[in-house]
Amino acid sequence: MRNNPETGMTLIVKTITRLTVGLILLFGIYIILHGHLSPGGGFAGGVIVALSFVHLMLAFGKDIAVSRVSKNLASNLESIGALMFLSIALLGFLGGSFFLNILPKGTPFNLFSAGIIPLCNIAIGIKVGVGLFAIFLALVVLERSK
Amino acid sequence: MNNTTIIPLFVIIPLAAAFLISLVGKFIRRSSETIIFISSLVLLVFSLYARFLLNSSAGKIMIYKIGGWAPPFGICMVLDGLSCFMLITVNLIAFFVAVYSLSYMEQYTDKPKFFTLFSLMVCGMNGLIITGDLFNLFVFLEIASIASYALVAFGTEAEELEASFKYAIMGSVASAFIFIGIAFLYSFTSTLNMADMARVLSNKQNEWVIPFVGVLFLMGFGLKSALVPFHAWLPDAHPSAPASISAMLSGVLIKTLGIYSLIRIFFNIIGPTQGYLTVLMFLGAISMIVGVVLALSQWDLKRLLAYHSISQIGYVVLGIGLGTPLGVLGGLFHLFNHSVFKSLLFLNSGAVDYATGTRDLKETGGLGKLMPVTAKTNLVASMSIAGIPPFNGFFSKAIIIIACLEKGNFGYAICAVIGSILTLASFMKVQKFAFLGEIKDKFKNIKEAPFAMLFSMVCLAIICIFGGLMLIPSLRFFLDDAVAVILKGTGYASVVLEAAAK
Repeated sequence: MRNNPETGMTLIVKTITRLTVGLILLFGIYIILHGHLSPGGGFAGGVIVALSFVHLMLAFGKDIAVSRVSKNLASNLESIGALMFLSIALLGFLGGSFFLNILPKGTPFNLFSAGIIPLCNIAIGIKVGVGLFAIFLALVVLERSK
Repeated sequence: MNNTTIIPLFVIIPLAAAFLISLVGKFIRRSSETIIFISSLVLLVFSLYARFLLNSSAGKIMIYKIGGWAPPFGICMVLDGLSCFMLITVNLIAFFVAVYSLSYMEQYTDKPKFFTLFSLMVCGMNGLIITGDLFNLFVFLEIASIASYALVAFGTEAEELEASFKYAIMGSVASAFIFIGIAFLYSFTSTLNMADMARVLSNKQNEWVIPFVGVLFLMGFGLKSALVPFHAWLPDAHPSAPASISAMLSGVLIKTLGIYSLIRIFFNIIGPTQGYLTVLMFLGAISMIVGVVLALSQWDLKRLLAYHSISQIGYVVLGIGLGTPLGVLGGLFHLFNHSVFKSLLFLNSGAVDYATGTRDLKETGGLGKLMPVTAKTNLVASMSIAGIPPFNGFFSKAIIIIACLEKGNFGYAICAVIGSILTLASFMKVQKFAFLGEIKDKFKNIKEAPFAMLFSMVCLAIICIFGGLMLIPSLRFFLDDAVAVILKGTGYASVVLEAAAK
C-alpha cells in the first residue's frame, strides 16, 4: 500500500488501517470456516470480509481498493459463489436427493465435520463478501453522468 | 430418482441460468440469448410434463423432501393442482416474453444483465409456487420482488428510477407486513411448514392471533397484488419498465406474489371464514371499478394498460372471494386469461414503442396499415379483455357474473358488468387512436416489429382465441384440480402430511 497523501484520510488512520485490515480479513475467514461449530457462518463472515475491503477504501481512497479487487473480478466471483452453492446442492442428487448431505459427517465439533455445511459456508462467504463489496463499489464508482 | 425429482428443477434451472448468464454472457457473444431461450423452453416443457405426471400420481399431489428430511422438520416442495396451474401460467408467459425480449432488448445496453435479472425473477416465482414452507415462500417472494425492482429501473432514466424507488419502498413495506405476519404465525404454532401449520391452527383455540395475522397478510399481499387502496405503485412501475418486463409484472408477477400467496395462506393455512371472503369480494369490486375509471382518462398506452391490470385483478379477487366452486373456477380462469391477454397487450405496446419511439396515443394513429400483425393481435387482445365472445375473456367474466348471481350478490354482478363495458370503451379508444385513422407524416417509414417479437405476439393471440376451449370437459381437469385444492381449505394439511409420510 503506497502512501499517497493526496487521497484518503490522515496518516493516523492509514497506519492503523494498515495494521488492522489483515486481522479483520482473517477474522472474517475464521467466522466462515467455523460456521458449523460456532455462531456466525457464511453470511456473517462474508460481511466481515467485505468490511475489510471497505475499510481499505475508506482509509486509502477507492483506487487502492479497486486495484485489489476490480469490478469485473467482484462480479465474476459473485456468480461463481452462487454457482458453487448450487452445485454443492446438486451434488446431493448423487445420493438421491437435492441438498442431501452426502459427505461423511465426521465427529461433531471437529473442524472437518458436518459434511457439506462448511463447503456451503465457503460458497456463501464468497458470494456475500464480494457481493457486498460490489454494492459498495457501485455506490462509490458509478456517478450520475452530468 | 423418481417422478418427484422434477419438482426442484423448477428452481434449479432458472437459478443456474441466471448466474451462468452473468458469468459467461460478457465474454461469449449471443450466449445469454441461447441460455435464456433454452432454459425457458425447458421450463415450459417441464411444467407441462409435471401436469402429466400429476395426473398419474396418487391423490393428485406430489411432495419433494429437500435433503431427504421429512416434513414438518425439513423443507418440502408441494406440487398439487393449484401449483401446477400457476407453474404452467408463469412458464408459458415467461417463455414467450423471453423470446420477445431477444429482439426487443436490442434497444437497451447490457442484455446479459437483463436476462440474469429476468431469470432470477422466474426463479423466485417458480420457487414461491412450489414451496411448502412459509418462510421459504417469503424468501422466494423477496427474490422475485428485488429482481423486479431492478428490472423496472432498467432504462435508468429519471422517470424509471423514480418509479422503481417508489415500487421498492411500497414493496418493502409489503414484505415487512408479510414477514411480521409469518413471525406471529411461527411464534403461535412453532412450525413453518404450511401443512403442519394448518394442522396446528385447526387444533388450537385463539381469539386474536388469526384476525391480526389475517389483516397483516391482507395488507402485505394486497400491496403486492395492487388491490385498490394499495395500488399507488403500480401505474408508475408498470409503464416505466421495458415492455417485456411490464408484461411479466402485469401478467404473472402480481398474480403469483399477490393472488397465489393470498389464496394459499387464506384458504389452505388459515381457513376461509365469511369475514375474509366478504373483504376480498369488496376489495375486488372496488378495484374493478376504480381501476377502469382511472384508465379511461389515460393517454399513455402503457399507463392505461397498467390501470386495467388493477381492474382485472379485481375480477380475479371477486371470483375467488365468492368462495363457491363456480366463483373460484371463474376467478382462476380469469387469472390465466388475464395473464395471456395482458402480456399480449403490453408486448403490443412494446412493438408500437419499438417502431415509433412513442407510446402517447395523441401522437400515434393509423399504424394498422404499416404494422398489420401488431394491429390484429392487439384487436384480439382488446376483444378478450373487454369480454367479447368467443374470446377467452368472455367465458371467465361470464362465469364470474353467473357465480355472483348464483350466490345472490346482484350488486357485485352489476359492478362486474359495468367494469366490462367501461373496459370495452377504453380499448375502443386504444384501437381508434393507435391503429385506425390517418397515419402521421413522421411515421410514414416505420416498419413492422422483427420476427421474434411477432412470433410471441401471434402465439399469445392464438391462446386468446382458443382459451375458451379449456372449459370443455376433457380439458377441464387443468382448472378443476386447482379449484379442488382451494375448496378443500385446511384439508390441505392432511393431504400433504399423508402424502409426505409415504
